[in-house]
Amino acid sequence: MAGFDKRVASYEEAMQGIESGMTVIAGGFGLCGIPENLIAEIKRLGVKDLTVVSNNCGVDGFGLGLLLEDRQIRKILASYVGENAMFEQQMLNDEIEVVLTPQGTLAEKMRAGGAGIPAFYTATGYGTPIGEGKEVREFNGRPHILEESVTGDFAIVKGWKADWYGNVVYRHTAQNFNPMAATAGRITVVEVEEIVEPGELDPAQIHTPGIYVDRLIQGTFEKRIEKRTVRS
Amino acid sequence: MALTREQMAMRVARELEDGFYVNLGIGIPTLVANYIPDGMDVMLQSENGLLGMGRFPTEEELDADMINAGKQTVTARPGAAIFSSAESFAMIRGGHVDLTVLGAFEVDQNGNIASWMVPGKLIKGMGGAMDLVAGAENIICTMTHASKHGESKLLEACTLPLTGAGCINRVLTDLAYMEIKDGTFILKERAPGVSVEEIIEKTAGKLVVPDNVPEMTFAEG
Repeated sequence: MAGFDKRVASYEEAMQGIESGMTVIAGGFGLCGIPENLIAEIKRLGVKDLTVVSNNCGVDGFGLGLLLEDRQIRKILASYVGENAMFEQQMLNDEIEVVLTPQGTLAEKMRAGGAGIPAFYTATGYGTPIGEGKEVREFNGRPHILEESVTGDFAIVKGWKADWYGNVVYRHTAQNFNPMAATAGRITVVEVEEIVEPGELDPAQIHTPGIYVDRLIQGTFEKRIEKRTVRS
Repeated sequence: MALTREQMAMRVARELEDGFYVNLGIGIPTLVANYIPDGMDVMLQSENGLLGMGRFPTEEELDADMINAGKQTVTARPGAAIFSSAESFAMIRGGHVDLTVLGAFEVDQNGNIASWMVPGKLIKGMGGAMDLVAGAENIICTMTHASKHGESKLLEACTLPLTGAGCINRVLTDLAYMEIKDGTFILKERAPGVSVEEIIEKTAGKLVVPDNVPEMTFAEG
């Protein structure tokens, strides 16, 4: 059983082996469901020239925005990056390379990457700047562009609950990109709110089966809200 | 009179049907949710991974793990489903969403849409807009008919970088409701008190004007 026990004792151990120049795939949408402590550990480690694959890039001082402070990100694939003054500055100064990627294409790049499919055709982006220079092929009379999948040296994922085996469930819309990210890392690290005994999670309700997970750690989370909206 | 934002949302809501799965973009499209007719059941899809978006939460219901594609805190209604972003875009790209409503900077007579990028200005990204326009067969584009300086946004050919090619077939502006077919705009309805001449003047693309162009009507208040 020990061979399947994915738990690690510290965040230091969780991110062991990450080096400058590596590709990191991160789950999360906006600030929802982001692996906030794993990101903070990457900041602490100070590795640089990272390629980050994530829908967004956090905000100033939180989430992936933390990695901008010491210019740790060289390149990012994202669909929307507009919430962050430091990001804008680094983008305007050409200090960070931004590959804007349609959100569904980004999700599929992770999904396909994790599933061993190196590329796929999609109609999304055909006829737009995103399609420029990409192979075009017609299917059912409609042009599609070839998009290459992504995999990472590391994937960093935020779950709700997991058992020692690394079977993970996500909570509400904090699921978002996390299940695809979890499949696409050479080393997949998952942080969760609660680690439970094997058998406590319903096997049929697992979102991410443990086979994808290499390291698991329980953390505490700030869970910052980006746009607090309530009804009176 | 040009339509107000609320009237535009009311007009779009008339295109809803009972049992429709609908994706509403940010801005005027979001307001459409306020005008779903009584007795009609419509499921709102939010592309971060929620089908069946409910009302905004009360203070007690507020939950950081429960947001919509605009990153606002929301609730899930009874009958809702939550899933991954890949699943969400499978629904969108696969053509399973019945109606998509989104805003635009420009639309042209060939159904091209530009909505995400103005060269020289800060580029924030397209989010899910390119997937939405590529995947949906039934899209309504909401926008103002002309810029503040009177320049038409309904063009022969879009001047801004495209979000999608040949994918828009219906446009609601503050002045008119139009369809796009065979390389022309077709004027279907006009805003109350807006003349056909004004619409012709403010439409740069090819426009077909039928003999009878009814005025939209809105209930008082």
